Amino acid sequence: MDKSINTFKELEDICKKNNKQIYEVIQKYEAELAETTEKDIRLLVKKSLDAMKESIKNGLQSKEMSISGMCGDDCDRLQKKYQKEGAIFGKTFEKITTYALATIEENLRMGKIAACPTAGSCAIVPSVLVGVSEDLDIQEEDQINALITAGTIGRIISNKVALAGAVAGCQAECGVASAMAAGALTQMRGGSIPQILNAVALAMKNLLGLTCDPVCGLVEIPCVKRNPFLAIHAVTASELALAGVESKIPLDEVIDALEQTGKLMSPMLKESSQAGLATTKTALNLKEKLFK
Amino acid sequence: MKQTSIIDIISPVMVGPSSSHTAGAIRLGLLARNIYNEMPDKVTFKLYNSFAQTGKGHGTDKGLLSGVLGLNVDDTRIKDIFNSDLAKEFEYEFQYLEDFNRHPNAVDIIFEGHRNMKISGNSVGAGEIEITNIDEFSVSLTGKYNTLLLIYKDVPNMISRVTNSIHVNIASFHCDRYAKGEEASMCICLDGEVNQKVIDFLYLIEDVYMIRYIKKLES
Ligand code: SF4
Repeated sequence: MDKSINTFKELEDICKKNNKQIYEVIQKYEAELAETTEKDIRLLVKKSLDAMKESIKNGLQSKEMSISGMCGDDCDRLQKKYQKEGAIFGKTFEKITTYALATIEENLRMGKIAACPTAGSCAIVPSVLVGVSEDLDIQEEDQINALITAGTIGRIISNKVALAGAVAGCQAECGVASAMAAGALTQMRGGSIPQILNAVALAMKNLLGLTCDPVCGLVEIPCVKRNPFLAIHAVTASELALAGVESKIPLDEVIDALEQTGKLMSPMLKESSQAGLATTKTALNLKEKLFK
Repeated sequence: MKQTSIIDIISPVMVGPSSSHTAGAIRLGLLARNIYNEMPDKVTFKLYNSFAQTGKGHGTDKGLLSGVLGLNVDDTRIKDIFNSDLAKEFEYEFQYLEDFNRHPNAVDIIFEGHRNMKISGNSVGAGEIEITNIDEFSVSLTGKYNTLLLIYKDVPNMISRVTNSIHVNIASFHCDRYAKGEEASMCICLDGEVNQKVIDFLYLIEDVYMIRYIKKLES
Protein backbone atom coordinates (compact mmCIF):
# COMPACT_ATOMS: atom_id res chain seq x y z
CA MET A 1 0.00 0.00 0.00
CA ASP A 2 1.57 3.22 -1.13
CA LYS A 3 -0.38 5.52 1.16
CA SER A 4 -1.86 5.38 4.62
CA ILE A 5 -5.60 5.88 4.92
CA ASN A 6 -6.30 8.20 7.81
CA THR A 7 -9.15 10.38 6.57
CA PHE A 8 -12.42 9.68 4.81
CA LYS A 9 -11.25 11.80 1.90
CA GLU A 10 -8.22 9.55 1.45
CA LEU A 11 -10.47 6.49 1.67
CA GLU A 12 -12.85 7.86 -0.94
CA ASP A 13 -10.04 8.84 -3.31
CA ILE A 14 -8.35 5.45 -3.14
CA CYS A 15 -11.64 3.62 -3.69
CA LYS A 16 -12.42 5.84 -6.65
CA LYS A 17 -8.96 5.59 -8.20
CA ASN A 18 -8.97 1.81 -8.07
CA ASN A 19 -12.68 1.46 -8.73
CA LYS A 20 -13.06 -0.67 -5.60
CA GLN A 21 -15.44 -0.96 -2.67
CA ILE A 22 -14.38 0.16 0.81
CA TYR A 23 -14.10 -3.39 2.10
CA GLU A 24 -11.91 -4.46 -0.83
CA VAL A 25 -9.47 -1.62 -0.28
CA ILE A 26 -9.42 -2.03 3.49
CA GLN A 27 -9.06 -5.79 3.75
CA LYS A 28 -6.01 -5.53 1.51
CA TYR A 29 -4.69 -2.55 3.50
CA GLU A 30 -5.18 -4.32 6.83
CA ALA A 31 -3.61 -7.53 5.57
CA GLU A 32 -0.49 -5.63 4.51
CA LEU A 33 -0.38 -3.73 7.78
CA ALA A 34 -0.62 -6.89 9.88
CA GLU A 35 1.59 -8.89 7.51
CA THR A 36 -1.09 -11.48 6.98
CA THR A 37 -3.59 -12.49 4.27
CA GLU A 38 -6.93 -10.95 3.34
CA LYS A 39 -8.51 -14.30 4.16
CA ASP A 40 -7.17 -14.09 7.72
CA ILE A 41 -8.54 -10.58 8.14
CA ARG A 42 -11.96 -11.79 7.02
CA LEU A 43 -11.74 -14.69 9.47
CA LEU A 44 -11.13 -12.27 12.35
CA VAL A 45 -14.10 -10.20 11.21
CA LYS A 46 -16.21 -13.34 11.04
CA LYS A 47 -15.22 -14.21 14.61
CA SER A 48 -16.67 -10.92 15.76
CA LEU A 49 -19.79 -11.38 13.59
CA ASP A 50 -20.37 -14.86 15.04
CA ALA A 51 -20.05 -13.49 18.57
CA MET A 52 -22.61 -10.81 17.73
CA LYS A 53 -25.10 -13.41 16.53
CA GLU A 54 -24.49 -15.53 19.61
CA SER A 55 -25.15 -12.63 21.97
CA ILE A 56 -28.39 -11.81 20.17
CA LYS A 57 -29.50 -15.44 20.47
CA ASN A 58 -28.62 -15.65 24.15
CA GLY A 59 -30.06 -12.25 24.96
CA LEU A 60 -33.42 -13.02 23.39
CA GLN A 61 -33.86 -15.93 25.77
CA SER A 62 -32.90 -14.32 29.03
CA LYS A 63 -34.38 -11.88 31.44
CA GLU A 64 -31.73 -12.24 34.10
CA MET A 65 -31.02 -8.91 35.76
CA SER A 66 -27.61 -7.22 35.99
CA ILE A 67 -25.55 -7.42 39.18
CA SER A 68 -27.03 -4.10 40.32
CA GLY A 69 -30.55 -5.32 39.60
CA MET A 70 -31.38 -2.13 37.68
CA CYS A 71 -31.68 -3.53 34.13
CA GLY A 72 -32.05 -6.79 32.22
CA ASP A 73 -35.70 -7.55 31.47
CA ASP A 74 -36.64 -4.97 28.86
CA CYS A 75 -35.94 -7.17 25.84
CA ASP A 76 -38.42 -9.67 27.20
CA ARG A 77 -40.95 -6.89 27.68
CA LEU A 78 -40.50 -5.68 24.10
CA GLN A 79 -40.78 -9.18 22.61
CA LYS A 80 -44.06 -9.75 24.45
CA LYS A 81 -45.39 -6.45 23.17
CA TYR A 82 -44.53 -7.33 19.59
CA GLN A 83 -46.17 -10.75 19.96
CA LYS A 84 -49.38 -9.06 20.97
CA GLU A 85 -49.12 -6.10 18.66
CA GLY A 86 -46.51 -5.56 15.95
CA ALA A 87 -44.46 -2.40 15.60
CA ILE A 88 -45.95 0.25 13.35
CA PHE A 89 -42.80 0.28 11.23
CA GLY A 90 -42.99 -3.47 10.64
CA LYS A 91 -40.78 -6.51 11.12
CA THR A 92 -37.37 -4.98 10.48
CA PHE A 93 -37.99 -2.35 13.13
CA GLU A 94 -39.04 -5.09 15.55
CA LYS A 95 -35.91 -7.09 14.85
CA ILE A 96 -33.53 -4.18 15.22
CA THR A 97 -34.99 -2.97 18.51
CA THR A 98 -35.25 -6.42 20.10
CA TYR A 99 -31.79 -7.48 18.90
CA ALA A 100 -30.34 -4.28 20.29
CA LEU A 101 -31.88 -4.83 23.71
CA ALA A 102 -30.95 -8.52 23.62
CA THR A 103 -27.29 -7.71 22.98
CA ILE A 104 -26.87 -4.85 25.43
CA GLU A 105 -28.65 -6.80 28.17
CA GLU A 106 -26.33 -9.76 27.54
CA ASN A 107 -23.49 -7.31 28.12
CA LEU A 108 -24.73 -6.10 31.49
CA ARG A 109 -25.38 -9.60 32.79
CA MET A 110 -21.75 -10.47 32.02
CA GLY A 111 -22.60 -12.41 28.89
CA LYS A 112 -20.27 -12.61 25.90
CA ILE A 113 -20.41 -9.73 23.38
CA ALA A 114 -18.21 -8.12 20.77
CA ALA A 115 -17.18 -4.65 21.93
CA CYS A 116 -18.03 -2.73 18.75
CA PRO A 117 -16.59 -0.19 19.26
CA THR A 118 -17.07 -0.43 23.07
CA ALA A 119 -18.99 -2.65 25.48
CA GLY A 120 -21.54 0.06 26.32
CA SER A 121 -22.34 0.62 22.65
CA CYS A 122 -22.01 -3.02 21.61
CA ALA A 123 -25.58 -3.53 20.40
CA ILE A 124 -25.97 -0.84 17.74
CA VAL A 125 -23.94 -2.28 14.87
CA PRO A 126 -25.03 -5.94 15.42
CA SER A 127 -28.74 -5.20 15.72
CA VAL A 128 -28.79 -3.25 12.45
CA LEU A 129 -26.47 -5.59 10.59
CA VAL A 130 -28.04 -8.87 11.69
CA GLY A 131 -31.63 -7.65 11.80
CA VAL A 132 -31.56 -6.25 8.28
CA SER A 133 -29.54 -9.18 6.90
CA GLU A 134 -32.19 -11.62 8.06
CA ASP A 135 -34.99 -9.58 6.59
CA LEU A 136 -33.34 -8.90 3.25
CA ASP A 137 -31.73 -12.34 3.09
CA ILE A 138 -28.20 -10.97 2.91
CA GLN A 139 -25.48 -13.63 2.79
CA GLU A 140 -22.66 -14.01 5.30
CA GLU A 141 -19.93 -12.79 2.92
CA ASP A 142 -21.84 -9.55 2.42
CA GLN A 143 -22.36 -9.21 6.16
CA ILE A 144 -18.61 -9.52 6.61
CA ASN A 145 -18.11 -6.84 3.94
CA ALA A 146 -20.48 -4.56 5.84
CA LEU A 147 -18.72 -5.19 9.15
CA ILE A 148 -15.38 -4.34 7.53
CA THR A 149 -16.96 -1.07 6.40
CA ALA A 150 -18.21 -0.43 9.94
CA GLY A 151 -14.75 -1.13 11.37
CA THR A 152 -13.16 1.19 8.81
CA ILE A 153 -15.46 4.04 9.80
CA GLY A 154 -14.65 3.51 13.48
CA ARG A 155 -10.94 3.26 12.79
CA ILE A 156 -10.73 6.48 10.81
CA ILE A 157 -12.72 8.35 13.47
CA SER A 158 -10.51 6.90 16.22
CA ASN A 159 -7.46 8.46 14.54
CA LYS A 160 -8.78 11.78 15.78
CA VAL A 161 -11.01 10.93 18.71
CA ALA A 162 -10.51 8.18 21.29
CA LEU A 163 -13.65 6.07 21.28
CA ALA A 164 -14.21 6.35 25.02
CA GLY A 165 -16.90 8.09 27.04
CA ALA A 166 -14.25 9.20 29.53
CA VAL A 167 -12.38 11.06 26.79
CA ALA A 168 -15.07 12.49 24.52
CA GLY A 169 -18.49 11.57 25.93
CA CYS A 170 -21.05 9.15 24.58
CA GLN A 171 -20.97 10.83 21.16
CA ALA A 172 -17.68 8.92 20.78
CA GLU A 173 -19.19 5.59 21.88
CA CYS A 174 -22.86 5.17 20.98
CA GLY A 175 -22.63 8.11 18.58
CA VAL A 176 -19.79 6.55 16.62
CA ALA A 177 -21.47 3.13 16.78
CA SER A 178 -24.54 4.63 15.14
CA ALA A 179 -22.41 6.24 12.45
CA MET A 180 -20.65 2.91 11.83
CA ALA A 181 -24.00 1.13 11.57
CA ALA A 182 -25.35 3.78 9.18
CA GLY A 183 -22.39 3.32 6.83
CA ALA A 184 -22.45 -0.48 7.05
CA LEU A 185 -26.16 -0.61 6.33
CA THR A 186 -25.87 1.73 3.37
CA GLN A 187 -23.18 -0.45 1.86
CA MET A 188 -25.23 -3.60 2.49
CA ARG A 189 -28.12 -2.07 0.61
CA GLY A 190 -25.97 -1.29 -2.40
CA GLY A 191 -25.26 2.38 -1.69
CA SER A 192 -22.41 4.11 -3.53
CA ILE A 193 -19.30 5.20 -1.61
CA PRO A 194 -20.45 8.86 -1.41
CA GLN A 195 -23.80 7.60 -0.12
CA ILE A 196 -22.07 5.47 2.52
CA LEU A 197 -19.99 8.41 3.70
CA ASN A 198 -23.00 10.70 3.70
CA ALA A 199 -24.90 8.25 5.88
CA VAL A 200 -21.99 8.31 8.35
CA ALA A 201 -21.87 12.11 8.34
CA LEU A 202 -25.63 12.48 8.77
CA ALA A 203 -25.71 10.04 11.70
CA MET A 204 -22.68 11.55 13.39
CA LYS A 205 -23.76 15.17 13.00
CA ASN A 206 -27.02 14.47 14.71
CA LEU A 207 -25.33 13.03 17.79
CA LEU A 208 -22.68 15.67 18.46
CA GLY A 209 -22.69 16.69 22.10
CA LEU A 210 -24.09 13.45 23.49
CA THR A 211 -22.75 13.22 27.04
CA CYS A 212 -21.80 10.26 29.18
CA ASP A 213 -23.51 10.43 32.58
CA PRO A 214 -24.09 6.85 33.70
CA VAL A 215 -26.19 6.40 36.84
CA CYS A 216 -24.19 4.83 39.69
CA GLY A 217 -21.19 4.75 37.35
CA LEU A 218 -22.52 1.58 35.75
CA VAL A 219 -22.94 0.83 32.04
CA GLU A 220 -26.72 0.57 32.44
CA ILE A 221 -28.67 3.86 32.64
CA PRO A 222 -28.88 5.47 30.06
CA CYS A 223 -26.70 3.10 28.02
CA VAL A 224 -29.13 0.19 27.67
CA LYS A 225 -31.97 2.09 26.05
CA ARG A 226 -29.65 4.31 24.07
CA ASN A 227 -28.60 1.28 22.01
CA PRO A 228 -32.00 0.53 20.35
CA PHE A 229 -32.60 4.26 19.89
CA LEU A 230 -29.33 4.82 18.07
CA ALA A 231 -29.72 1.65 16.01
CA ILE A 232 -32.91 3.08 14.54
CA HIS A 233 -31.14 6.42 14.22
CA ALA A 234 -28.61 4.69 11.95
CA VAL A 235 -31.41 3.41 9.72
CA THR A 236 -32.78 6.93 9.35
CA ALA A 237 -29.38 8.19 8.24
CA SER A 238 -29.07 5.36 5.74
CA GLU A 239 -32.52 5.98 4.24
CA LEU A 240 -31.74 9.67 3.77
CA ALA A 241 -28.35 8.95 2.22
CA LEU A 242 -29.76 6.34 -0.15
CA ALA A 243 -32.30 8.92 -1.28
CA GLY A 244 -29.41 11.17 -2.25
CA VAL A 245 -29.60 13.50 0.75
CA GLU A 246 -26.14 14.92 1.37
CA SER A 247 -24.48 16.20 4.48
CA LYS A 248 -23.63 19.82 3.69
CA ILE A 249 -20.64 19.47 6.04
CA PRO A 250 -18.15 16.90 4.66
CA LEU A 251 -17.55 13.90 6.89
CA ASP A 252 -13.95 14.75 7.82
CA GLU A 253 -15.10 18.16 9.04
CA VAL A 254 -17.89 16.55 11.05
CA ILE A 255 -15.21 14.45 12.76
CA ASP A 256 -13.25 17.64 13.50
CA ALA A 257 -16.39 18.98 15.15
CA LEU A 258 -16.74 15.73 17.11
CA GLU A 259 -13.18 16.10 18.36
CA GLN A 260 -13.65 19.72 19.34
CA THR A 261 -16.98 19.05 21.06
CA GLY A 262 -15.35 16.23 23.03
CA LYS A 263 -12.59 18.55 24.20
CA LEU A 264 -15.04 21.27 25.23
CA MET A 265 -17.35 18.88 27.05
CA SER A 266 -17.07 19.21 30.83
CA PRO A 267 -15.21 16.36 32.53
CA MET A 268 -18.25 16.12 34.79
CA LEU A 269 -20.17 14.76 31.81
CA LYS A 270 -17.52 12.34 30.68
CA GLU A 271 -18.10 9.04 32.50
CA SER A 272 -17.32 10.50 35.91
CA SER A 273 -20.97 10.41 37.00
CA GLN A 274 -20.67 13.88 38.55
CA ALA A 275 -23.51 15.53 36.63
CA GLY A 276 -26.46 14.96 34.32
CA LEU A 277 -28.60 11.89 34.85
CA ALA A 278 -26.08 10.52 37.34
CA THR A 279 -26.77 13.24 39.90
CA THR A 280 -30.55 13.40 39.63
CA LYS A 281 -32.40 12.79 42.91
CA THR A 282 -33.49 9.32 41.86
CA ALA A 283 -30.01 8.40 40.64
CA LEU A 284 -28.50 9.45 43.95
CA ASN A 285 -31.10 7.38 45.82
CA LEU A 286 -30.30 4.38 43.66
CA LYS A 287 -26.63 4.89 44.35
CA GLU A 288 -27.16 5.02 48.07
CA LYS A 289 -29.17 1.80 48.02
CA LEU A 290 -26.63 0.07 45.81
CA PHE A 291 -23.50 1.02 47.70
CA LYS A 292 -24.67 0.94 51.29
CA MET B 1 2.78 4.63 16.88
CA LYS B 2 1.10 1.39 15.93
CA GLN B 3 -1.94 1.96 13.76
CA THR B 4 -5.26 0.79 15.11
CA SER B 5 -6.72 -2.03 13.11
CA ILE B 6 -10.38 -2.39 12.17
CA ILE B 7 -10.26 -5.59 14.22
CA ASP B 8 -9.55 -3.51 17.37
CA ILE B 9 -12.67 -1.48 16.56
CA ILE B 10 -15.08 -4.40 16.12
CA SER B 11 -13.72 -6.52 18.97
CA PRO B 12 -12.56 -7.87 21.45
CA VAL B 13 -15.09 -10.56 22.03
CA MET B 14 -15.44 -10.35 25.80
CA VAL B 15 -17.82 -10.81 28.67
CA GLY B 16 -19.46 -7.53 29.66
CA PRO B 17 -20.26 -5.07 30.92
CA SER B 18 -17.20 -2.80 30.78
CA SER B 19 -13.95 -2.95 28.86
CA SER B 20 -12.02 -1.09 31.57
CA HIS B 21 -13.71 -2.56 34.65
CA THR B 22 -14.34 -6.11 33.40
CA ALA B 23 -12.04 -7.02 30.48
CA GLY B 24 -9.22 -4.91 31.94
CA ALA B 25 -9.63 -6.60 35.32
CA ILE B 26 -9.48 -10.06 33.74
CA ARG B 27 -6.32 -9.14 31.86
CA LEU B 28 -4.69 -7.73 35.00
CA GLY B 29 -5.45 -11.01 36.75
CA LEU B 30 -4.07 -13.04 33.85
CA LEU B 31 -0.85 -11.09 33.69
CA ALA B 32 -0.38 -11.29 37.46
CA ARG B 33 -0.92 -15.04 37.27
CA ASN B 34 1.79 -15.35 34.63
CA ILE B 35 4.19 -13.27 36.70
CA TYR B 36 3.62 -15.18 39.93
CA ASN B 37 3.61 -18.46 38.03
CA GLU B 38 3.03 -20.72 41.06
CA MET B 39 0.00 -22.08 42.86
CA PRO B 40 -0.73 -19.65 45.70
CA ASP B 41 -2.33 -20.51 49.06
CA LYS B 42 -4.12 -17.21 49.20
CA VAL B 43 -4.68 -14.17 47.00
CA THR B 44 -5.80 -10.77 48.33
CA PHE B 45 -7.16 -8.20 45.89
CA LYS B 46 -7.04 -4.56 46.97
CA LEU B 47 -9.24 -2.47 44.69
CA TYR B 48 -8.85 1.30 44.65
CA ASN B 49 -11.03 4.29 43.74
CA SER B 50 -13.37 3.68 40.80
CA PHE B 51 -12.44 -0.01 40.81
CA ALA B 52 -13.59 -0.10 44.44
CA GLN B 53 -16.69 2.05 43.96
CA THR B 54 -18.21 0.56 40.81
CA GLY B 55 -16.25 -2.69 40.73
CA LYS B 56 -18.95 -4.89 42.17
CA GLY B 57 -21.56 -3.67 39.68
CA HIS B 58 -19.11 -4.22 36.83
CA GLY B 59 -17.94 -7.64 37.97
CA THR B 60 -14.40 -6.32 38.51
CA ASP B 61 -13.97 -8.71 41.47
CA LYS B 62 -15.07 -11.70 39.37
CA GLY B 63 -12.82 -10.57 36.53
CA LEU B 64 -9.70 -10.24 38.68
CA LEU B 65 -10.20 -13.64 40.28
CA SER B 66 -10.99 -15.28 36.93
CA GLY B 67 -7.84 -13.84 35.42
CA VAL B 68 -5.72 -15.20 38.25
CA LEU B 69 -7.41 -18.56 37.63
CA GLY B 70 -6.36 -18.36 33.98
CA LEU B 71 -9.69 -17.62 32.29
CA ASN B 72 -9.67 -15.43 29.19
CA VAL B 73 -11.77 -12.30 28.58
CA ASP B 74 -14.43 -14.18 26.59
CA ASP B 75 -14.92 -17.05 29.06
CA THR B 76 -18.59 -17.31 30.03
CA ARG B 77 -17.69 -19.06 33.30
CA ILE B 78 -16.53 -15.71 34.71
CA LYS B 79 -20.04 -14.63 35.64
CA ASP B 80 -20.43 -17.52 38.10
CA ILE B 81 -16.81 -17.84 39.11
CA PHE B 82 -17.50 -17.49 42.84
CA ASN B 83 -19.63 -20.65 42.74
CA SER B 84 -17.31 -22.55 40.44
CA ASP B 85 -15.06 -25.41 41.54
CA LEU B 86 -12.21 -23.54 39.89
CA ALA B 87 -12.39 -20.89 42.60
CA LYS B 88 -11.71 -23.51 45.29
CA GLU B 89 -8.06 -23.78 44.24
CA PHE B 90 -6.96 -21.17 46.76
CA GLU B 91 -8.34 -18.77 49.34
CA TYR B 92 -9.13 -15.25 48.23
CA GLU B 93 -10.26 -11.98 49.68
CA PHE B 94 -11.29 -8.56 48.34
CA GLN B 95 -10.62 -5.19 49.98
CA TYR B 96 -12.11 -1.91 48.79
CA LEU B 97 -10.01 1.20 49.34
CA GLU B 98 -9.66 4.84 48.43
CA ASP B 99 -6.30 6.42 47.62
CA PHE B 100 -6.29 9.34 45.26
CA ASN B 101 -2.56 9.06 44.73
CA ARG B 102 -3.35 5.91 42.84
CA HIS B 103 -4.84 5.54 39.36
CA PRO B 104 -8.69 5.58 39.29
CA ASN B 105 -8.72 1.90 38.32
CA ALA B 106 -5.86 0.51 40.42
CA VAL B 107 -5.43 -2.88 42.03
CA ASP B 108 -2.88 -4.67 44.20
CA ILE B 109 -2.87 -8.43 43.80
CA ILE B 110 -1.12 -10.01 46.76
CA PHE B 111 -0.07 -13.63 46.43
CA GLU B 112 0.81 -15.70 49.50
CA GLY B 113 2.29 -19.17 49.25
CA HIS B 114 5.64 -20.80 48.70
CA ARG B 115 6.73 -17.31 47.65
CA ASN B 116 4.96 -14.06 48.54
CA MET B 117 4.52 -11.41 45.88
CA LYS B 118 2.64 -8.17 45.54
CA ILE B 119 1.72 -7.12 41.99
CA SER B 120 0.19 -3.70 41.33
CA GLY B 121 -1.41 -2.45 38.17
CA ASN B 122 -4.00 -0.26 36.51
CA SER B 123 -6.74 -0.65 33.95
CA VAL B 124 -6.02 2.30 31.70
CA GLY B 125 -9.04 2.19 29.36
CA ALA B 126 -10.50 0.18 26.49
CA GLY B 127 -9.30 -3.05 28.10
CA GLU B 128 -5.67 -1.92 28.05
CA ILE B 129 -3.68 -2.51 31.21
CA GLU B 130 -0.31 -1.90 32.84
CA ILE B 131 1.49 -3.66 35.65
CA THR B 132 3.48 -0.96 37.41
CA ASN B 133 5.04 -2.67 40.42
CA ILE B 134 6.15 -6.08 41.49
CA ASP B 135 6.96 -6.07 45.20
CA GLU B 136 8.95 -2.89 45.66
CA PHE B 137 10.26 -2.75 42.10
CA SER B 138 8.77 -0.50 39.48
CA VAL B 139 8.18 -2.35 36.21
CA SER B 140 6.36 -1.67 32.99
CA LEU B 141 4.29 -4.52 31.61
CA THR B 142 1.30 -4.18 29.31
CA GLY B 143 0.77 -7.74 28.14
CA LYS B 144 1.38 -6.65 24.56
CA TYR B 145 4.90 -8.06 24.31
CA ASN B 146 6.54 -11.26 25.33
CA THR B 147 8.54 -10.10 28.31
CA LEU B 148 11.48 -11.36 30.30
CA LEU B 149 11.49 -10.34 33.92
CA LEU B 150 14.58 -10.87 36.05
CA ILE B 151 15.26 -10.21 39.70
CA TYR B 152 18.99 -10.24 40.39
CA LYS B 153 21.78 -8.83 42.49
CA ASP B 154 22.83 -5.38 41.31
CA VAL B 155 26.36 -6.12 40.11
CA PRO B 156 28.30 -4.61 37.18
CA ASN B 157 27.78 -6.02 33.66
CA MET B 158 24.54 -7.78 34.47
CA ILE B 159 22.63 -6.01 31.73
CA SER B 160 25.10 -6.88 29.00
CA ARG B 161 25.36 -10.48 30.18
CA VAL B 162 21.60 -10.84 29.93
CA THR B 163 21.03 -8.99 26.67
CA ASN B 164 23.92 -10.81 25.01
CA SER B 165 22.13 -14.10 25.63
CA ILE B 166 18.71 -13.26 24.25
CA HIS B 167 19.27 -12.90 20.46
CA VAL B 168 15.84 -11.30 19.94
CA ASN B 169 15.10 -7.70 19.11
CA ILE B 170 14.31 -5.71 22.26
CA ALA B 171 11.25 -3.44 22.07
CA SER B 172 11.77 -1.77 25.44
CA PHE B 173 13.92 -2.12 28.52
CA HIS B 174 13.27 -1.12 32.10
CA CYS B 175 15.50 -1.50 35.18
CA ASP B 176 14.98 -0.66 38.81
CA ARG B 177 16.79 -1.39 42.08
CA TYR B 178 16.49 -0.94 45.83
CA ALA B 179 19.95 0.47 46.23
CA LYS B 180 23.38 0.00 44.71
CA GLY B 181 24.56 -3.57 45.19
CA GLU B 182 21.20 -4.86 46.36
CA GLU B 183 18.30 -6.55 44.56
CA ALA B 184 17.37 -5.16 41.18
CA SER B 185 14.79 -5.88 38.49
CA MET B 186 15.02 -5.97 34.72
CA CYS B 187 11.98 -5.94 32.48
CA ILE B 188 12.69 -6.68 28.81
CA CYS B 189 9.91 -6.47 26.24
CA LEU B 190 10.71 -8.50 23.15
CA ASP B 191 9.60 -8.32 19.53
CA GLY B 192 9.86 -12.07 19.11
CA GLU B 193 9.97 -15.14 21.32
CA VAL B 194 12.71 -16.77 23.35
CA ASN B 195 12.88 -20.51 23.91
CA GLN B 196 13.47 -22.54 27.06
CA LYS B 197 17.18 -22.91 26.18
CA VAL B 198 17.68 -19.17 26.51
CA ILE B 199 15.87 -19.12 29.83
CA ASP B 200 17.91 -22.06 31.14
CA PHE B 201 21.01 -20.24 30.04
CA LEU B 202 19.98 -17.07 31.86
CA TYR B 203 19.61 -19.11 35.05
CA LEU B 204 23.29 -19.99 34.78
CA ILE B 205 24.25 -16.37 35.20
CA GLU B 206 25.51 -15.85 38.71
CA ASP B 207 23.41 -13.67 41.03
CA VAL B 208 20.13 -14.08 39.11
CA TYR B 209 17.43 -14.91 41.67
CA MET B 210 14.29 -15.15 39.64
CA ILE B 211 13.38 -15.28 35.96
CA ARG B 212 9.95 -15.16 34.45
CA TYR B 213 9.12 -15.40 30.78
CA ILE B 214 5.72 -13.76 30.48
CA LYS B 215 3.95 -14.41 27.21
CA LYS B 216 1.95 -11.60 25.71
CA LEU B 217 -1.80 -11.74 26.31
CA GLU B 218 -4.18 -12.63 23.51
CA SER B 219 -5.78 -9.45 22.29
S1 SF4 C 1 -23.36 6.78 28.47
FE1 SF4 C 1 -21.20 6.54 28.84
S2 SF4 C 1 -20.98 4.46 29.71
FE2 SF4 C 1 -23.01 4.60 28.72
S3 SF4 C 1 -22.66 3.80 26.65
FE3 SF4 C 1 -22.49 6.04 26.57
S4 SF4 C 1 -20.29 6.39 26.80
FE4 SF4 C 1 -20.64 4.30 27.48
